[in-house]
Amino acid sequence: MILPALAFYLFAAVLVLAGMLVITARNPVHSVLFLILAFFNAAGLFVLIGAEFVAMILVIVYVGAVAVLFLFVVMMLDINFQELRKGFLRYLPAGLAVGAALLAELGLVISGWVYAGPADSVRAAPTPESVGNAQALGDLLYTQYAFIFEASGLVLLVAMIGAIVLTLRSRKGVRRQVIADQLARRREDVVAVVKVQTGEGV
Amino acid sequence: MGNMMDIGLGHYLSVAAILFILGVFGIFLNRRNVIIILMSIELILLAVNINLVAFSVFLHDLVGQVFALFILTVAAAEAAIGLAILVIYFRNRGSIAVEDINLMKG
Repeated sequence: MILPALAFYLFAAVLVLAGMLVITARNPVHSVLFLILAFFNAAGLFVLIGAEFVAMILVIVYVGAVAVLFLFVVMMLDINFQELRKGFLRYLPAGLAVGAALLAELGLVISGWVYAGPADSVRAAPTPESVGNAQALGDLLYTQYAFIFEASGLVLLVAMIGAIVLTLRSRKGVRRQVIADQLARRREDVVAVVKVQTGEGV
Repeated sequence: MGNMMDIGLGHYLSVAAILFILGVFGIFLNRRNVIIILMSIELILLAVNINLVAFSVFLHDLVGQVFALFILTVAAAEAAIGLAILVIYFRNRGSIAVEDINLMKG
């Protein structure tokens, strides 16, 4: 009983700490690395609670794709990040005010909510007891939510095409190989055989 | 919230709430840097995912985890498009400071 609780507090503490460092780190590269740490700890929380599949997908998608994408962009763009940090302290009071207000509201919600009895009877898909988490999710995802699953695939496709279309550019002044021109060359067009007389030149 | 060592729904909701507020706070704190703002949005989406998964597990309803997967998909698409826009904006204008992005202001 005590070990899962300790693991929860460890993961939660590191998660919150990493989240804090994401928004306060001086160097954006460090921000991205702390973001990766936060994702790993969130995945740990999910494993702890018994949602292994979402945890693994979180690691694969967020750490493997999204965070690395952030890392690439941060490192590729030549930006003066110190310049961007100006006004950090100027916006601090407004941020603190909004944060405190949100914290108070969410605290009220979390401390005040009660479990509604009839909620048990309106479950959309009760968790099956006999099968594992991944299998149960697959059973649900590929049957009841198949259309939404395909729609999310379309979202990814559109995002991929959009990202390519946005960032693809045709540079001017770059010499490229043109296969058709190469194949269309004939010997008569490019080679001339000249009889050169001695001492005269071409 | 009950016993400290008895981890329940409230604990997970508290962690998610703190993470959500950190995300919102990050948007205010780094108002000039679009990249950090995008990362803050990722933090907010992570907090939402923790909420969904926690409710899904403690209420024995699998749909919450299905939703978390869809949110993950949309977050990935959003990050890809957002960073692509950032890259071409930087290529065209040489800056990503938020206050410089005002071409469409009337």
